[in-house]
Amino acid sequence: MKLRNALRAATALSLLATGAYADGHAKELTIAIVNNGHMINMQKVAEAYTEETGVALNWVSLEEGVLREQVTSDTATGGGQYDIINIGMQEAPIWGAAGWIEPLEFGDDYDVEDILPAMRAGLSHDGTLYAAPFYGESSMVMYRKDLADAAGVTIADNDSWDNVKAAAAAMHDPDNGVYGACLRGKPGWGDNGAFITTVANSFGAAWFDADMKPQLDSPEWNAAVNFYVDLLNSYGPPGSEGNSFNEILALYNQDKCGLWIDATIAASFLENPNVAYAQSPNAGNPVGANWLWAWAMAVPAGTANAEEAKAFIEWATSKDYVQAVGNHPDFGWGSVPTGQRASTYQIPEFQAVAKFAEAELAAIDSAAPEATDLKPYVGVQFVAIPEFPEIGSAFGQEMAAALSGAKSVEDALAAAQAAADSIMKEAGYY
Amino acid sequence: MAIVAQHTKFSKIAWPVLAWVVALIFFFPIFYMVLTSFKTDADAVKPEFLFSFTPTLENYANMTENYDYWRFARNSVITAVSATIFTLVVAVPCAYAMAFNPTRATKDILMWMLSTKMLPAAAVLYPMIFMTKAAGLYDTHFLIIMVLSLINLPIVIWMLFTYFKDIPKDIIEAGKMDGLNTWGEVREILIPLAWGGIASTALLCFIFCWNEAYWTVRLTTTDAATLSKLIEGNRAPEGLFFGRLSAVSTAAVGPIVVLGWFCQKQLVQGLTFGAVK
Repeated sequence: MKLRNALRAATALSLLATGAYADGHAKELTIAIVNNGHMINMQKVAEAYTEETGVALNWVSLEEGVLREQVTSDTATGGGQYDIINIGMQEAPIWGAAGWIEPLEFGDDYDVEDILPAMRAGLSHDGTLYAAPFYGESSMVMYRKDLADAAGVTIADNDSWDNVKAAAAAMHDPDNGVYGACLRGKPGWGDNGAFITTVANSFGAAWFDADMKPQLDSPEWNAAVNFYVDLLNSYGPPGSEGNSFNEILALYNQDKCGLWIDATIAASFLENPNVAYAQSPNAGNPVGANWLWAWAMAVPAGTANAEEAKAFIEWATSKDYVQAVGNHPDFGWGSVPTGQRASTYQIPEFQAVAKFAEAELAAIDSAAPEATDLKPYVGVQFVAIPEFPEIGSAFGQEMAAALSGAKSVEDALAAAQAAADSIMKEAGYY
Repeated sequence: MAIVAQHTKFSKIAWPVLAWVVALIFFFPIFYMVLTSFKTDADAVKPEFLFSFTPTLENYANMTENYDYWRFARNSVITAVSATIFTLVVAVPCAYAMAFNPTRATKDILMWMLSTKMLPAAAVLYPMIFMTKAAGLYDTHFLIIMVLSLINLPIVIWMLFTYFKDIPKDIIEAGKMDGLNTWGEVREILIPLAWGGIASTALLCFIFCWNEAYWTVRLTTTDAATLSKLIEGNRAPEGLFFGRLSAVSTAAVGPIVVLGWFCQKQLVQGLTFGAVK
């Protein structure tokens, strides 16, 4: 009898489940988002959009790695599971070229020229915009002005790495729980890989030559990684090979870091008022150690709601949206998305609350994702090729091994070079 | 004699103390998570506010206002309950057949079933996505119920097989002599005798289904997304949202912790493969 009842319950639940799925939907957009403060705010601000247009918005918030995995599989199979997806600067030009995402064209009111040029370039392929940025960042030096003053050191814009190291040494006071330099060490192409690549850029190193052959065995890479390992081992917090953005943010807000070089978005999370900013260092050549990144919204080619999706993106990345966040009773001007539009930096209310705005804009403006003679590929702290995440992940593991002392810098770079060479050969580059 | 008495006295104190220490070590992460869920995101990462802080419910309010907690919870209940029932419906006859009518292949079949658990899930992720999309099953309760059932079926059959093996075959045969058919044997003899084992197996299966995160995150979008997906979506690469994440995690594991608390006797029995005789 009990079993019979159980069977009945199972059947009923299955029918309920199937029924729930079969419910008809009105005009509705499903949006895959990265769990980021700006995107979470957007969910609330967008209630006005739904009221105005009648388009219901279904938000699917995902951790960054899972988001990439899901969106990649969905988009590559033309699945149409999502109408709008969050993608980064690494994916946008590649997916645009592959036809996985739709080109974006907006009306005159949108003022596409107002999007910061570096962001436009990084999210385009062959001059066509494939993703619209809702938030962008570069990297810069953030340091404790009180500690630097007490130690009698200064950090200038685009200072030399030697001066930055000297400043870290001067502020380093481990007995009192203060470490001179907090830098990313956690393995991952978007973690330690991103930061070390910018250091390498500034030392004149590049991931690939013009034939796309890996160059990790070059003297420039050796010098850059040796400098990074020495700086962090001498003046970094213990266990740095486990630290990325969030871990260092926690350390910084516990007053345990003298200086931190990382994403400009960090500035809006810092609590100690004694903070100063400087443009990222270089090693004596014109290339700085700052990066360029944007989280952007794109329309997958498989969606049946492309027009509605584009209309939403046009609204969500517009000047009007910035105003809507700034004037929203729950948010205000400290919460508006930055690194996106030049006009945002002209708004007096925003300037009044964002001490970091000037430094952030300068860092973004000086980042150059385009291919150059020195760096014959698109991307700053990454390379805009589909193979890079795999290469960058292997590289990140080797760098963490070098940092922890499990391997010498030379051995770690040799192993990373071998992995990159094998992946590029297999992919048919040469 | 004195040594024995001393030893006994020492054991009486040492073992409970050790048990408490181990229990507290295991419980601390849960306690810390619950505590953090009542802190603001800013306070959550500051050591000075570890135990002394102003409690807030804002993380729970945020969870229901911004993340539609109840939709995820409803999906978790539907999929975990249905998958548990379906698994038992399949597993009980399987275990019955193998326990009371074994063949030469029974042992190999049992080993083969267990070996399917050794396949790394990631190896079949993309085929699963392609196939389920082609079949129109992606992001449906039906798919999640089937996936949860199939990944838990081997362990459930093994557990039930172990319980059923403890029931003397003579009792089953006596039922047969009294004119019971196979279904009658299962219903009238097997289930009443093995009820404790079946209940604890069902409970464990339900917990496994509720906690499953690999497939429920990757084979759903919105309609069938479970609490695992809600937790996954609250991890942020840039931003310390530990207060919010702890609230979501507490609300996700809360029901299962309460259920486990009430059923701990059966759970221990299930975990230790206790006899049903």
